[in-house]
Amino acid sequence: MSILKEEFNVAKMDFVTAGEASAQIKRILKKLGVDAGVVRRLSIACYEAEINLVIHSDGGTLSLEVNPDDVVLISKDIGPGIPDIELAMSEGYSTASDDVRMMGFGAGMGLANMARNADKFRIESKVGEGTLIEMIFNLKQEA
Amino acid sequence: MATNLHSVRLDKGKCVGCTGCLKRCPTEAIRIRKGKATIIDELCIDCGECIRVCKQHAKIAVTDPLSSINRYKYKIALPAPALYGQFKRIDDISSITRGLLRMGFNDVFDVAVGADLASRAIMEKLKSPSCPKPLISSACPAVLRLIQVRFPELIDNVVDVRSPMELAATRARSEFCKRTGAKPEEVGCFFITPCASKATAIRNPIGHTKSAVNGAISILEIYGLLSSQLRRVKSDDHDEIEPHPCTALGIGWARTGGEALAIEEEEALAVDGIENVSRVLEQIENDRLPELKYFEGLACEGGCVGGPIVFENMYIARNRIRQLVVNLPKVKVSDAVSLDDVRELGDELCFDAPIRQIEAMKLDSDFSAAVKKLDRIEEIRKKLPGLDCGSCGSPTCQALAEDIVGGYAKEMDCLFLLKARVSEMARQMVEISELTRE
Repeated sequence: MSILKEEFNVAKMDFVTAGEASAQIKRILKKLGVDAGVVRRLSIACYEAEINLVIHSDGGTLSLEVNPDDVVLISKDIGPGIPDIELAMSEGYSTASDDVRMMGFGAGMGLANMARNADKFRIESKVGEGTLIEMIFNLKQEA
Repeated sequence: MATNLHSVRLDKGKCVGCTGCLKRCPTEAIRIRKGKATIIDELCIDCGECIRVCKQHAKIAVTDPLSSINRYKYKIALPAPALYGQFKRIDDISSITRGLLRMGFNDVFDVAVGADLASRAIMEKLKSPSCPKPLISSACPAVLRLIQVRFPELIDNVVDVRSPMELAATRARSEFCKRTGAKPEEVGCFFITPCASKATAIRNPIGHTKSAVNGAISILEIYGLLSSQLRRVKSDDHDEIEPHPCTALGIGWARTGGEALAIEEEEALAVDGIENVSRVLEQIENDRLPELKYFEGLACEGGCVGGPIVFENMYIARNRIRQLVVNLPKVKVSDAVSLDDVRELGDELCFDAPIRQIEAMKLDSDFSAAVKKLDRIEEIRKKLPGLDCGSCGSPTCQALAEDIVGGYAKEMDCLFLLKARVSEMARQMVEISELTRE
């Protein structure tokens, strides 16, 4: 059972609040005294996930679950879904529009970057339904 | 942590307990308790924002008095490059050197020379394939403390080259001793400082155990005396003074971007103002700037010329530095400073102690206790009005909720909760009196 749960709504194309959910999540983890290295990896993955929700999804939620041994970060959206996950996972691949790229986003490393920073990474997606990404960060060193 | 480690202090007699500094402190290190401001040592980063904002001048920077130089047989002044922006019509910085000598110093050594040495050493660090990205400047002690408190994840990115002030002191002392035969312990090196955080960095260095500097004298303290000396220098001083061995780029460190320019790195970013630095560090933490190779963060707007204990307006001082730099010969640091010059500093070039994380944000050393506290904080925060008025003595409603859970404040410190409680009590009184009316 998780000891702390928080959920944040992330709206489509809302660049005014983009990044606020990750900033809050980061603040919570620092207050709990989570190891600096874990916070760093989690910050990167969490920010990527939040920006992905803003740019690519039709809106969704970012949720944080803190457990005694790990932190689980779940990004869930209501669409449009990813047709080819393998392709989307490859570095450099991006479907971001030119407008978004002009803002310095959409370089196409998002998913791969998330997978690299998380200890466990799982993605499920259905076109027309949405995408679910689950990332787990271990709090204790594995023996 | 002992209170005397910080250089920003409160003059209790002058403090009226207003919320000026409370609201401006970038690390929320100030609370108003019993009508007076108090500073939380672990959170204070000595940035001096409160000194700037306090209308009562109740926040003071503790630096060394000029008379403290008399503790040493030989006294060397180490002027910060920012000092050159303080005076009108300085086309030749040797007049400032002369002025400082007249004030009782035996020698003057430009911190800009230390800046040149630091630039060269940093350039070498950047060439290493194992160099972290971005490398973060170690020059501003307030930014270093901000990293220790708020961004411990970035500690490993801080360049382990000591500050220009330190390198200048090491070099000044060894040259002076070589030249005069004096013993190193007889030589006192005094930094002429634009900020309080440098005074703290001398007493309590970050990244190394001992400072080569013996004291910090504020620019404000010597401003009057030095200006009167400068007037005299112009009329009657004709002594030959050796040309300044620093480059224009070294002097340029006084303003934002000067360091980034001196290290000849294209992919460098310079940011000033502690809030701005905080925001960009947040971006670096999120890996939003993967191409960035060097980050220069300065706590004061404008850079060191905008320090809290200087006399001149930052814009004016910054412009004077610009003019001064433009009129000096253009020499690259890589041509002016050799690697042997850098190597000569030996063990006193790089850090010899780790930069510690300061765990001031952590709610509890026990993980599940911290989670419980976080829940309780959230519960209390929801009851608070969310106006962040500061009347309770904490900077925000969130901070009050944390202070209550930490045991430093009470719910009734909130005027709005108190008012609600009082009107509830009044209603009950009326109710009782009506029920008991005969």
